[in-house]
Amino acid sequence: MRLATDPYNLIVCGVGGQGNILIARLIGRILANDGYYLAIGETFGAAQRGGSVFSSLRISKTRTYGPLIPKGGANLIVSLEPLETLRMLTNFGNEKVVSISNTQTTMPVGVLAGRNEYPSEEKLRGAIQDLSQRALFVPATDIAVELGAPIVSNIVLLGAVLGAQLLPISEEEVKEDMRSTFPASKLELNYQALQRGIDTVA
Amino acid sequence: MSDQKSKTAETEKVFLLGNEALVRGALEAGVNYASAYPGTPSSEIIERLSRVAKERHLHVEWSSNEKVACEGAAAAAVAGLNSLSAMKNAGLAVALDFLTHASLTGLGDQGGSLVVVVCDDPDAHSSGDETDSRWQARFAYAPMLEPTSVNEAREMIRYCFDLSCEYGCYVFLRSYTRLSHGSSIVELGPLPEATVGQAHPDCNAAVNPYLGKAHHQLALDRLDKIKEVFEASKFNQHFGPEDAELLVIASGNGLSCGQEALDMLGLQNEVGVLKLATLWPFPVELVRKHAKTAKKILILEEVDPVVEVLVKDALNGTDAAQVEVLGKESGHVPMGGEITPDRALEALSKITGKTCQGPSEAYQAKLKEVTEDILISRGLTWCPGCPHRGSFWALDKAIKAEGGEVFVTGDIGCYTLDVFPEGKCQMNMLHAMGSSIGLSAGLGQMHKFGWDKPVISICGDSTFFHAVLPGLVSAIYNQSNLIHVVLDNDATAMTGFQAHAGVGYNAVGDDAPRIDVVKLCEALGVPVTVADPFDLRGTTKALRELMAQKEGVRILVLRRTCELVRMKAQKTKPHKVVVNQDKCKGEECGTCYSKFRCPALLKDTETGKASIREDACPGCGVCASVCPFKAIEIQEVAK
Repeated sequence: MRLATDPYNLIVCGVGGQGNILIARLIGRILANDGYYLAIGETFGAAQRGGSVFSSLRISKTRTYGPLIPKGGANLIVSLEPLETLRMLTNFGNEKVVSISNTQTTMPVGVLAGRNEYPSEEKLRGAIQDLSQRALFVPATDIAVELGAPIVSNIVLLGAVLGAQLLPISEEEVKEDMRSTFPASKLELNYQALQRGIDTVA
Repeated sequence: MSDQKSKTAETEKVFLLGNEALVRGALEAGVNYASAYPGTPSSEIIERLSRVAKERHLHVEWSSNEKVACEGAAAAAVAGLNSLSAMKNAGLAVALDFLTHASLTGLGDQGGSLVVVVCDDPDAHSSGDETDSRWQARFAYAPMLEPTSVNEAREMIRYCFDLSCEYGCYVFLRSYTRLSHGSSIVELGPLPEATVGQAHPDCNAAVNPYLGKAHHQLALDRLDKIKEVFEASKFNQHFGPEDAELLVIASGNGLSCGQEALDMLGLQNEVGVLKLATLWPFPVELVRKHAKTAKKILILEEVDPVVEVLVKDALNGTDAAQVEVLGKESGHVPMGGEITPDRALEALSKITGKTCQGPSEAYQAKLKEVTEDILISRGLTWCPGCPHRGSFWALDKAIKAEGGEVFVTGDIGCYTLDVFPEGKCQMNMLHAMGSSIGLSAGLGQMHKFGWDKPVISICGDSTFFHAVLPGLVSAIYNQSNLIHVVLDNDATAMTGFQAHAGVGYNAVGDDAPRIDVVKLCEALGVPVTVADPFDLRGTTKALRELMAQKEGVRILVLRRTCELVRMKAQKTKPHKVVVNQDKCKGEECGTCYSKFRCPALLKDTETGKASIREDACPGCGVCASVCPFKAIEIQEVAK
């Protein structure tokens, strides 16, 4: 599988604590192994949890790009929270961008406080679809909760990225990386999560 | 780098975080001693070093603060070892008192080295300010280099150790968020054999600056020599046509952004690029050489116009004095914030008149239309289960009971989130590490000037050891009237749960003496009260009683382990929390979600009733004591 463009710009985003940095680095390690030039930038705020967090991956066959994606320059947005998909589309969207979003919402604290209203599912989905050439929605957290571990939502979503064949990485490569970076006791759960993610798209 | 066991680890190239590349370079240089106080974006340097400390025979420590860290590292260098200290920009301000002296004296004659890594945070992603540390190199008479990529970081820090050893002075390496927290492929050099470094301090040495003038001149002479080295440094490179009319001088993150913008405009063969990595002493002749044919020079750097000013200075009085030097002072690049490809593009477009196509107008119009009402911000708040939510809730109640006339000073840590729009906004003044007590000590004297309302200062446990202690001693000695609250959560939580003097273990995970905040404060001879911040009533009551006492320094320690630390250690939820839908009054009340604002609470969009988000709730159960209608019920979970 070849990159659609060079550099290929991938954004992995979500809310602090959802594990988006983990999957960004995992994808990065695999692509680096496969001989791609690669840079990842990580943007997170002043808190452990709860803020908007995103990683930008610059993938190229020719040279190492800087970690920052130019405005309107994303090729693929992988998002653990749909409002964050929209936020990334606002900055990095364009006519050709593909987005893949977890359906589980995380309410900003301003919504709890009654200052803001979280957009309706219909409106939010509509906006994401309007701004993406192709928009996929995956119930990654629902599946992870079914597996008894909401923490693996990120791996379910990664499975969906594999299933949709949006990146030049294979299931076996992901598993191989997991074997060397995840605790052995967690492998089976993560394999399951990955497979369930693949199945959502296949 | 134990978490980087990718297949490539067996070859010469690995995929590393910028801070990990710095660690790798330091290990290749044979570092023996490393010390720091955590601060984003620098913290991973010591963390990663601590993981290999035992196998590489290193001393790695979290020191009480950056000054202490630098002093320890400098002492190791004076003893002939290779040492490293790392800090964020704000930390450098703490360490400078020592570092300005240390560059006057040098590091003695035992062949040691010291590299001081300072990680700036352009755009203040995780900081209170975006102070540019590059000015401090000139201020402190110390050499400074700045890498432009993760790969270069490894090689450059290695070189910094060599430079430090050769010239007997410490060397600054300036990093920045996009380097420290960027990842890329790094070509590795060989690691020396893991041996125990041999300390051999000269007990007859006189390493002090008290022959001031002479030492000042020595430091200047040393910089003159290093300047000659920097003029020919391989880290400074020229790309593109030598005789270009437009020259881009780029440092740090400016290089990749500038090169990308040139590519996008198709100007890569028409514009020269000078990558400037040796920032101080400034390679004046190198700049003059490359400026000769240029009509315009654009400077791309973060944050302040440091290189810009130095380039103008270098060209002043030469044939190139007529060259237009563009950048921040000319308005081509914004004064603050980080350099992005877009900012570089905008500056180059302005200069050359060339543009490139972004998303179509139709797309941008659609974007505006469909996002206008719905793209709400995601404010920062404390994690579910955070003890600080309880502390500030109780503080709010206590202050309201006083009629609101209480002045609160804050400090640096997760509790800083109080001042964000989604916090409780109780803290009136918030500045540097340790400022809580210094400020409250001053306010605690205002009774002499006709104002005698309660004064409360708040700090965390790690901050307490970092810079609060001297202020506290001063406040007690000078009999200020104040309540000082220590939020003791067993962690330096905000920067990633690093160890500190109060937790009972050290940077490498070994048991260490646990310095007890309560006992320490009691030893200072002032009354100390201890409460659990999740006992909301008890904490409010304690605060009110302390406020009633009015005189002297009174200390309240609010003790509860950071929820993320507890969860990591215990992996259990102590309670199952449920909302009794019959008892919940919904929006009529809304106390839990709209005022307490734990992110694990949900509000039903139709009924307005509260519920618990199972996947986010840590089961602390504190929300049960917030509900006025006892609608939130907690059930013990079998262990």
